[in-house]
Amino acid sequence: MPRQITYREALREGLDEELAHDDNVVIIGEEVAEYNGAYKVTEGLWEKWGDKRLVDAPISEAGFIGMGIGASMLGIRPVMELMFYSFAYVAFDQMMNNAATCRYMSGGLVNCPIVVRGPANGGTNVGATHSHTPENIFANMPGLKVVSPSDAYDAKGLIKSAIRDNDPVYFMESTVLYGQTAEVPSNDELEDGELLVPIGRAKVKREGTDISLIAHGRAVITSLEAAEILAEKHNINAEVVDLRSIRPLDEQTIMESVRKTHRAIYIEENKPFCGVGAQISSMIMEQAFDDLDAPVLRITSADAPAFYSPPIEKLQLPQADEIVERALSIC
Amino acid sequence: MGIKLSENCDSKFQSAYITLLSAPFQHRFIFSHRMAAKTKTSAQTDHKEAAINASLSKEDKLDLLREMVRIRKFEQTSLKHYLNGSIGGFLHLYIGQESVAVGSISLLGDDDHVITAYRDHGHALAVGMGMDECMAEVFGKATGCSKGKGGSMHYFAPDKNYWGGHGIVGGQTPLGAGLAYAVKYQGKKGCCLCYLGDGAINQGAFHEALNLAALWDLPVIYIIENNGYSMGTSQARSSAFPEEGLAARAEGYNMAWDKIDGVSIYEIRAGVQKAVERAHNESKPTLLEIATYRHKGHSVADANAEKYRTKEEIKTYMDKHDPIQFMKDDLIAEGILTEEDFKAMNQEAQKEANDAADFAIKSPFPEESEIFDDIYWEVDNNTEAGRTGRHFFHG
Ligand SMILES: Cc1ncc(C[n+]2csc(CCOP(=O)(O)OP(=O)(O)O)c2C)c(N)n1
Ligand SMILES: [Mg+2]
Repeated sequence: MPRQITYREALREGLDEELAHDDNVVIIGEEVAEYNGAYKVTEGLWEKWGDKRLVDAPISEAGFIGMGIGASMLGIRPVMELMFYSFAYVAFDQMMNNAATCRYMSGGLVNCPIVVRGPANGGTNVGATHSHTPENIFANMPGLKVVSPSDAYDAKGLIKSAIRDNDPVYFMESTVLYGQTAEVPSNDELEDGELLVPIGRAKVKREGTDISLIAHGRAVITSLEAAEILAEKHNINAEVVDLRSIRPLDEQTIMESVRKTHRAIYIEENKPFCGVGAQISSMIMEQAFDDLDAPVLRITSADAPAFYSPPIEKLQLPQADEIVERALSIC
Repeated sequence: MGIKLSENCDSKFQSAYITLLSAPFQHRFIFSHRMAAKTKTSAQTDHKEAAINASLSKEDKLDLLREMVRIRKFEQTSLKHYLNGSIGGFLHLYIGQESVAVGSISLLGDDDHVITAYRDHGHALAVGMGMDECMAEVFGKATGCSKGKGGSMHYFAPDKNYWGGHGIVGGQTPLGAGLAYAVKYQGKKGCCLCYLGDGAINQGAFHEALNLAALWDLPVIYIIENNGYSMGTSQARSSAFPEEGLAARAEGYNMAWDKIDGVSIYEIRAGVQKAVERAHNESKPTLLEIATYRHKGHSVADANAEKYRTKEEIKTYMDKHDPIQFMKDDLIAEGILTEEDFKAMNQEAQKEANDAADFAIKSPFPEESEIFDDIYWEVDNNTEAGRTGRHFFHG
């Protein structure tokens, strides 16, 4: 019976293994230690690893993330938890300016191996201030890496790789995914004895021939749902590509898929303006124009702040039905 | 040197807490410095005799109590509907802290303004927002004060000088300085009360705002509602501060400060009034720290509320530091309230809250078409600017 664990447990396992793997790994954030994490990702880790490795921070994101960047220059590997990725905005200068440019401005002398992780999603009825999805914003900045796992397997494999990476990695999760399970092998089932998913590799989550649904984060799950509907009701065989890593980006997997299916839609819970899909569709247009049988479409969250009212907020996010409808319009 | 306001305040503040706190949790929950406890003075009577309170009529006093009771009933009713699934998201209840909003806001006039964080229902009702619109907002209904767009954490009522309702910790504190700036700029005799939590004082923006307020003589009054915890983290685990308390950080900005025991609405009114006068007459800021306690968890979703705080601690505060109980006892002793009156007051407030919930339940959800309203003024008003260029990029 293959082992099934939740996305939350997968992250925790990854963190736990990296705490064991490297004494320089330290987890800092609000309520990560004694409270066991606002979303229980770090549950039990404080008890196991103690005050030095798990640190409860005051509500000073600019301060503690900046501190983490400084510490990382001396070889510490801080894993900073943002209770919500929306709170990155109070630490924006540290994350965008300091973390991203120290290496460049020092002519390569300085490394910043910091990870900043936390949920970056809407759809949970908490209002506009708490529902930001800044993956495109951070991916805009050379020097930063942005990853966004859609299932437990990738959550574990990517968090481990992120911690070992020598550059800043901004790791965006989803509160909606924390409880979802997937098959994640235990270490003794693995040849290498551990699960590492390389940053910069996309994954084909469903093979298909008629259209490429390319997505990241929770939109991958929505795309898989849509692919099932397309197959069952419309006899369309959609391929679903999960970016997993937004920057660095696995161009090759995207282009291979598009060259096979000749149609593509990018789906994301991000906002449309300069969204991840804008980048991808422009690349497809440049590199695979002759392979396309239809314009590349994008499905995003509504171009508005998150609406508090639950039934309306739901409509702001990409829905499987919407993907089906748009797919039919180009198939 | 900053200006320390009431010299006797400290000892009384201190004594109230030292007697309340039993030894086991003193190390986690420290409202004040651990000086030898001084005997409780007759400070409550003193505050009641302060001019601002001495002038209160019997009706005024009953109104203050009634306002606190209304807030509590509103909160208890919204909690009930959260637990039965009609409300989602976050719900940060104000139960236990009612005296802070009611006492301080009762002092304000037409050119005074209010801004707070996400624990905002109490302040909203205190400035005169109706229960119906507030309840409908947490239910996400079109009839809510923000048309269902903002939710529990994001109430607004500019017509009542109430500028939110802000979800990001500390985010409202520079805005508070800004409201005061505008009041001063426009030559009005007014001020801004800007509320924040004991955890919020550690946001960088707050420190920048304090400096601006002091440097530019802005009539802003920062009120730290010190309920001892930021989420599950006690004050002692989140803040470094001088012996005198959190508000003493004002010294570093050469700003006046004071500490107030929030159990007594009279003490709040007396203390805040001094700051209001300083703002009105001298255009100077003040940093106040009001000791209070939230009876419930951080939000209704806080599953650990009885883990990081002992049951005994919660019970002690509910029994001995409840501002409603305190004022009720005081008014009964004064002979202007009976147990029956108090019961009737509660029933009336409960009915108002139940009616508000009915109103919310019966109200419609917003329409999908409203998603793109209220983003740009120019678009909403179909002006030339609103018709120039593409504003939205969905689909
Ligand atoms: C910048 C930012 N960081 C974190 C949070 C999450 N958060 C919301 S309230 C809170 C605790 C705040 O405590 P305090 O300031 O004492 O106010 P209280 O809740 O006690 O009223 C935290 C950590 C947030 N909303 N904004
Ligand atoms: Mg607090």
